[in-house]
Amino acid sequence: MKALLLLAAGMLVAAPAWTQNRVIPQAGLKSGFEFLSPDLKKMQLDDFANPGTLWVDRGEKLWRAEAGAAKKSCADCHGDARASMKGVAARYPQVDRHSGDLMTLEARILQSRVERQKAVPFARESEDLLALSAYVAYQSRGMAMEADIEGAARKHFDAGEAMFFRRRGQLNLNCAHCHDANWGRTLYAERISQGQPNAYPAYRLEWQTLGSLERRLRACLSGVRAEILPFGSPEYADLALYLSWRAKGLPIETPGVRR
Amino acid sequence: MSARIQIPAEAKRGEIIEVRILIQHVMETGYRFDDRGTPIARNVITSILCNYNGREVMRADTSSGIAANPYLQFCMLAEASGELVLSWVDDEGVRGTERASLSVSG
Amino acid sequence: MKRRNFVFAGLFSLSALARAQAPVADPGIFAVTKGARLARERVKLEMPVIAENGNAVPLKVSVSSPMTAADHVKAIHLVSDRNPVSKIASFYLGPYSGRAELSTRVRLAGSQNVTAIAEMSDGSFWMDRSHIQVTLSACVDDS
Repeated sequence: MKALLLLAAGMLVAAPAWTQNRVIPQAGLKSGFEFLSPDLKKMQLDDFANPGTLWVDRGEKLWRAEAGAAKKSCADCHGDARASMKGVAARYPQVDRHSGDLMTLEARILQSRVERQKAVPFARESEDLLALSAYVAYQSRGMAMEADIEGAARKHFDAGEAMFFRRRGQLNLNCAHCHDANWGRTLYAERISQGQPNAYPAYRLEWQTLGSLERRLRACLSGVRAEILPFGSPEYADLALYLSWRAKGLPIETPGVRR
Repeated sequence: MSARIQIPAEAKRGEIIEVRILIQHVMETGYRFDDRGTPIARNVITSILCNYNGREVMRADTSSGIAANPYLQFCMLAEASGELVLSWVDDEGVRGTERASLSVSG
Repeated sequence: MKRRNFVFAGLFSLSALARAQAPVADPGIFAVTKGARLARERVKLEMPVIAENGNAVPLKVSVSSPMTAADHVKAIHLVSDRNPVSKIASFYLGPYSGRAELSTRVRLAGSQNVTAIAEMSDGSFWMDRSHIQVTLSACVDDS
């Protein structure tokens, strides 16, 4: 018992990530789902009518399809995604052991495609990349987000956090202005969400198609009239890591439906 | 391009069943512009047809007013076992087909 | 619709366009009925009163009618009075439909009236109409 107490005290001194200040306490986390109209909620929950599931179907086919000079499919190495990919998306973004780079799920899929399959990488936001990432993330549906921000991930987390609180764009807003301080309030006809990442890739009515979290972040940059960083910029991965930590415990909803 | 049909696997003779279809299609309106300001040509599904055992059950003439990735739900009288064939065509002449089987008893 | 067009309607003003009321779509309806009598009976159009986005609005139409060879609903037409293309769709049914009932998702370019017209096998027309408020996103999205 004493040893346990000492251990607990030691953990407090080391100030692990979960003692980090949360603006929105974990008990108060709300998925973007909570901010949808009943019609859109119904659309997301109905696996037949949810258009995002079309990409999941396509991703399942791609998972088993041979590609590249290596003539290998994802399944040749990873087996049945329903087992091997279960819970994986919940732990992304993740640091690549060899390069030290922070990888989003999309970046990891592209890496495997080039390095393992020896194939031409998919374009960002292409149907195939969205399909595969949606299929992989779908295997974690219902599981709690639990990104690791310790060790090599720490500096990316810090950068993401700094980005979240940095004002930008002609409107001179940071992420927290809307999504920490004013969520639940209305901006004209729209209720501001907490900006949680747990439904992506998601089918957004605004886009009329499936899109990645990165695309959603670009939309926010565009919304505050800031410079839109190119797809694949490390800043997006850093911010995604901060968002994943911030959403810790929220269930993955991929493919979500959003406005 | 993919599509799916949802019908019950089995029905009783004379039962009215629900048919749901979902087709992956951009339903490009022709009113949008790309990043360079060039208009994007219209490409919408113009016709959707559902035949059951060769007989037309539902046909739709559709326009840009139907949402991207068209979703449809309608009814069908189950009279005999058979196959429901969904087919569609868009402005570019691209056609698609999907099938589903129904077993009718009684 | 590319949001860039709505830059000025963006963050701090709900587009006045979205609030404007368009007149009843007489030409769009006439194209279906050719001027036949059109009473607001027998058809039920269910649609949300407010849509958060006009890109995919769910709706359901049901017509109270027998569906026999002699007496059935031949078609259900959906007409918008604000969209650039007024006829959203025509759905052709028949006795094998069993029940004259369908659901779909439509695009609506702003707040407006949507009219569902049932064309019967005896040549008569019936309709229902519903007004919907389509709100625009508060934020510009050029992603």
